[in-house]
Amino acid sequence: MSIASKAAGVEFRNVSRRYGNTTAVDDVSFTIEAGNLVTLLGPSGCGKTTTLRMIAGLEMASSGTILIGGKDVTRLPATDRNVTMVFQSYALFPHMTVADNVAYGLVVSGVRKRDAAAKATEGLELVGLGGYGQRLPSELSGGQQQRVAVARALVLEPEVLLFDEPLSNLDAKLRRKMRDDIRELQQKLGLTSVYVTHDQEEALAVSDRIIVMNKSVIAQTGTPDELYRRPKNRFVADFIGGANLIDGELVGRSGGTATVALGRLTLSVPDPGLPAGEVLLAIRPNAIRLRTGSADSAGDGIPVTVRKATYLGSHMEYGLTSEFGDLFVVDPNVASPVPAGATALATFTGDGIAAVAR
Amino acid sequence: MRPRSAIWLALGWVGFALLPWFAGSGTQPALAPPSPGPAGSALIDGLTNGRWWLLPIALPLLLALAVTALPGLRARRPAVLLASGAFGLAWITVQGFAIGLDGWASGWLGALFGPLALGQGGFGAGAALTALSFLFLMTNGFAGLGFMKGDRFTAGAIGLVLAAIAAFVFLPVGYVLSGAGDTGSGGFSAAALGARLAAPDIWRLSCLTEAKSCGVVWNSVFLAVMTGIATTLLGLAFALVAVRTGFRAKKLLRVLTVLPIITPPFVISLAVILLFGRNGTVTLAMSDWFGLPASRWIYGLPGVLLTQTLAFTPISFLVMIGVVQGIGPSLEEAAQTLRASRWITFRTVTWPLMRPGVANAFLISFIESLADFGNPLILGGNFEVLSTKIYFAVVGAQNDPGRAAALGIILLCLCLGAFWVQRQWLGKKSYATVGGKGDNGIPSQLPRGIKIAAYATALPWAAFTFVLYGLILFGGFTENWGRNNSLTLRHYLAAFDLSWGPGGLIWSGRAWGSLFTTIEVAALSAPLTAAVGLLTAYLLVRQSFKGRGAFEFLTMLSFAIPGTVIGISYILAFNQPPIELTGTITILIICFVFRNMPVSIRAGVAAMSQIDRSLDECSLTLGAGSVQTIRRVILPLLRPAIVASLVYSFVRAITSISAVIFLVSPKYELATAYIVGRVEQGDFGLAIAYSSALIVLMSVVIALIQFAVGERRIGRRAATPVTLQEKPV
Ligand SMILES: Nc1ncnc2c1ncn2[C@@H]1O[C@H](COP(=O)(O)OP(=O)(O)O)[C@@H](O)[C@H]1O
Ligand SMILES: [Mg+2]
Repeated sequence: MSIASKAAGVEFRNVSRRYGNTTAVDDVSFTIEAGNLVTLLGPSGCGKTTTLRMIAGLEMASSGTILIGGKDVTRLPATDRNVTMVFQSYALFPHMTVADNVAYGLVVSGVRKRDAAAKATEGLELVGLGGYGQRLPSELSGGQQQRVAVARALVLEPEVLLFDEPLSNLDAKLRRKMRDDIRELQQKLGLTSVYVTHDQEEALAVSDRIIVMNKSVIAQTGTPDELYRRPKNRFVADFIGGANLIDGELVGRSGGTATVALGRLTLSVPDPGLPAGEVLLAIRPNAIRLRTGSADSAGDGIPVTVRKATYLGSHMEYGLTSEFGDLFVVDPNVASPVPAGATALATFTGDGIAAVAR
Repeated sequence: MRPRSAIWLALGWVGFALLPWFAGSGTQPALAPPSPGPAGSALIDGLTNGRWWLLPIALPLLLALAVTALPGLRARRPAVLLASGAFGLAWITVQGFAIGLDGWASGWLGALFGPLALGQGGFGAGAALTALSFLFLMTNGFAGLGFMKGDRFTAGAIGLVLAAIAAFVFLPVGYVLSGAGDTGSGGFSAAALGARLAAPDIWRLSCLTEAKSCGVVWNSVFLAVMTGIATTLLGLAFALVAVRTGFRAKKLLRVLTVLPIITPPFVISLAVILLFGRNGTVTLAMSDWFGLPASRWIYGLPGVLLTQTLAFTPISFLVMIGVVQGIGPSLEEAAQTLRASRWITFRTVTWPLMRPGVANAFLISFIESLADFGNPLILGGNFEVLSTKIYFAVVGAQNDPGRAAALGIILLCLCLGAFWVQRQWLGKKSYATVGGKGDNGIPSQLPRGIKIAAYATALPWAAFTFVLYGLILFGGFTENWGRNNSLTLRHYLAAFDLSWGPGGLIWSGRAWGSLFTTIEVAALSAPLTAAVGLLTAYLLVRQSFKGRGAFEFLTMLSFAIPGTVIGISYILAFNQPPIELTGTITILIICFVFRNMPVSIRAGVAAMSQIDRSLDECSLTLGAGSVQTIRRVILPLLRPAIVASLVYSFVRAITSISAVIFLVSPKYELATAYIVGRVEQGDFGLAIAYSSALIVLMSVVIALIQFAVGERRIGRRAATPVTLQEKPV
């Protein structure tokens, strides 16, 4: 007997969830492939948890259809769905031992005691906690409690495994390790997982695909790379990776690239599929380089004044003032930094600039 | 959905077709023949005895059977179950109230439909089971239609709790309202109601102008205000001593808080009589030393005020201790770093933060005093208050239930008014300033003047209380207190003697009968109280549904209904069909369940709020249903609250008097009622002996259970302590 995967896909069709007058999730549609780890990413209060709880069956959709493994589960309560969840607070039952916690789901669904215990042991070994079975949850550290919660959710071999901000109660170092462990386990077992976080770095690190949410609706869906390199709107550009947002004008396109005018400069960006005219340029902080030199020699850059320079060891951070507004720059050149107060020339590297609608 | 609906449906048929529909010739729901007509189920009775009005009950049962059995009608099932359950329930209720022992219950029904040859008795086992079955068919239908998230358990539980409260709280109170307007011939008239409510002996203010006594309302209110002020000040002093001084014997003060729980309310009166009565120790000493003549001054307002203050100070202390502890010391430390002296800190920070709590303590004592029955009964003398006046209107020579009901309405309004004010106050103005995080600092010491005042009030009063309890425990061993103080076991033997007869052991003491009944009633009502209370708490904390706020208010309302009003209302409501319970043990059990339920609800709500909701949700995602989640996750975590509810209901059932004194019968006598009877006969020795036996018994029970619960721990965390704070009035 071993822990297998029964991974199934998830589909939302025009799902909304309303609480009285407020709409927590507004007409959301997406598809999650079986075996993928998909992240729901967005600022606090945007409806991620509500979406996740609707997959679990803890919250009922006000309208729309939810399918898991191709079956309509919209009206099915949590008990009857084969979906498990790792809670933000872990939700370990304090009165049961670790082994009983992990075996709980099996026992209540009628598996024989002995088989359940065996499977629980196996689950605990899978998360690296073999031998901890007889402890109480209160006798474990935060990271270990987290692993117990994962083991408890795994042993039921769920069609979908849900995580609601699983790392938010851990310290920074442990957070990194846990997220790698979760990703490794998910890939090893081929699980379908939905992962909620408001931390974009965490999302980029673990996901096959990311669903970015903002104000109850989906802002954009894509792989981490797509979202970072080709954001579709201002919100995504800013939320993922951070960006300097300045006005520009789309003047032409050829092949997959478009040409954007920024003052006297012209830059090429991936084609955003927008009509020619006013656009917003999202320029990553590391796509700008500083060069000292007089302003009038500018052919390929814009003149700026350095407002603030911060030395951070591996890189420099600059705050610049320019005719297009303030700019934030991360520059790996720490050998010859530009001092605050100096004037300089800012140039743009090819990658790391995207055009989005204004 | 299918199996459970089917089971309830089957039980409905059993109740309708097999079990005797009416209660036995006694009034117990027993399987004996019903008094009017031979034994039989509704079906048999309706077909053979001409009680045709029972037959329509078959209609909803048949409908429900059809939708449950025929797969073709599956889609309609929830709606049909809902409709048939509702119709069945309504029909049972309407026919029960419309047709009494001798035909139509009211004259106008007879005028409308023509005379009825036959009447009917009170509901019996069959009727109860069928009604319950209809109730659950109805709630299953509700859940099936998608209400309550489709959770049948929740729907059923809400239905059950509401039906129970309607039948055993609101129906009786309704009888009080209509009883007060009774014209004497079964009719209701607003004029009669108005006349009774406005009676001069209730409202007159003659004590202000001439040397006559005032109306009973003014007596009650005056007494309650005085008691409220006295107990609040004393409670505050105790709390300050316990929390804010280096007082050594804090544990001893804590003992004070347990006393009112284990003491029948009137026992303090007995102790006060031992001290200040005509043969009281103090009275005799005064006449020996100073030649003061013995008088009956203690019988009246001074005595009642003294005893109520003694009896309710511990409750006020409990409330105030929470208030004083709730003031974050860091706030006071902050004030002191801002150069405020201790006195200014107290005046500008501590006191304003305490004020809402003080008001709350006052209102609680106010309600307690209004509702208190035992002390004014024993010590009142010519000083009449509402609760005793109600009692004498029923049991006395007057025997005027209408008058009792009118007085009950006034008492009820006063208590509900105070209750309402208290909730408003608590809702808007409570400051909880102790946060979960960070260092809260060290409570600052009291300013010197306040400290001295607190000690000077609290310590003598505590000593006084302990002396009184000592007297009670000792008094039972003296021949005749004050007159003949020689030691004797006579009273204990009279109460608890055992002897050997030809048939073996004979419980020959006079107290055994009532003691056994009391323990039986308490033991039966405690688990029921805990179950209903915790179920309600679960609904309130864990389920969200429309009207939750109203539901909570209804359940808490029964908290504010004084015991005497409950007593009179149960007599009015349950001594006639359709629900005929007076003189049975059932009515005592039901009375305790609904009187003590609010405490159980509060214990449950407090404990359940501590359990993170994600635990239940997690259990649900792991495949457990509502019932399994409750059994495996919530109940084990609630164990301390369950034990607290059980103990509390058990002890309260043994010590309370106000409601049950109306409901006891020669067959089912309770300890407290028996003791009060002895006191009225002037048999103090036995009354005191019996009271001390009860106090000792209760202390042992509480100590044992505290010991057992105190040992339970969940991992390294301590189990949530649930204090036995609340006390229904
Ligand atoms: N039970 C509820 N009742 C009312 N509003 C709710 C409820 N649950 C969530 N909301 C609202 O829905 C919105 C989305 O909440 P949530 O999904 O928890 O956000 P997050 O993305 O931070 O997880 C929030 O504005 C929240 O206030
Ligand atoms: Mg959230």
